[in-house]
Amino acid sequence: MSKYLLIESRDPFEAKCFSQRCELALTLLAESTGVTVFLVENAVLGARAGAKAPGLEKLARAGVSVMADEFALRERGINDLAPHVQAAPLDSLVGALAGGAKTLWN
Amino acid sequence: MSLTFLLMDAPYEQARTSTAFRLIDAALRRKVAVRVFAYEGAVSLAMTGQKPHANAVHGRTLEEEAHPTPHAWVAALGELAKDNGVAFDWVNCGLCVDERGANEVVPCSRRGSPADFWKMNLESANTLVIPTR
Repeated sequence: MSKYLLIESRDPFEAKCFSQRCELALTLLAESTGVTVFLVENAVLGARAGAKAPGLEKLARAGVSVMADEFALRERGINDLAPHVQAAPLDSLVGALAGGAKTLWN
Repeated sequence: MSLTFLLMDAPYEQARTSTAFRLIDAALRRKVAVRVFAYEGAVSLAMTGQKPHANAVHGRTLEEEAHPTPHAWVAALGELAKDNGVAFDWVNCGLCVDERGANEVVPCSRRGSPADFWKMNLESANTLVIPTR
């Protein structure tokens, strides 16, 4: 069984494919040892406390790890995160890649 | 241990480019060898002809503006790899180079073909493709 890493760079409020990626993450969860969705660039806009991004909350409830790039959060002045999102350095992606996680960038 | 990255975006266009550079930088700082295959517009990242400019709108001189040039970033990654004693291989797709006339590139990059990407992929612990939109 593999681990999956989905790197999401698109604004969830603009990109329809964001919800499709959330569905993909849930599907992969059923046949893997873990799925992480890592938000970078404008995708972190969905991580703000109070943001209406139900797809992310659903992922977290299902057991998907949802992380957001600290740098991208700082760039956008996002200090308060939704409780289901964890801030993380981009460096942590290197560890996941080196560990062999199957990775997709969107 | 090495990681391969495939980049496709031309310089000065997308946030993906700077995120990719940050990822590569992070890998090299962890002493992970890095292979980069620059495809399509990304072959222009390493072009030495890029020039910084002043910003007349904000009234800033060339020095004050300190406009970043991606070829300097590529060169800096090459230096970082040297300092950390890890391999750094930046390959520009030859066909894409010819299409764009992007022949003058930083010394730590070289000309290759998609076959190099295939080899990089086989020889690396993992590969991240950062596609254009």
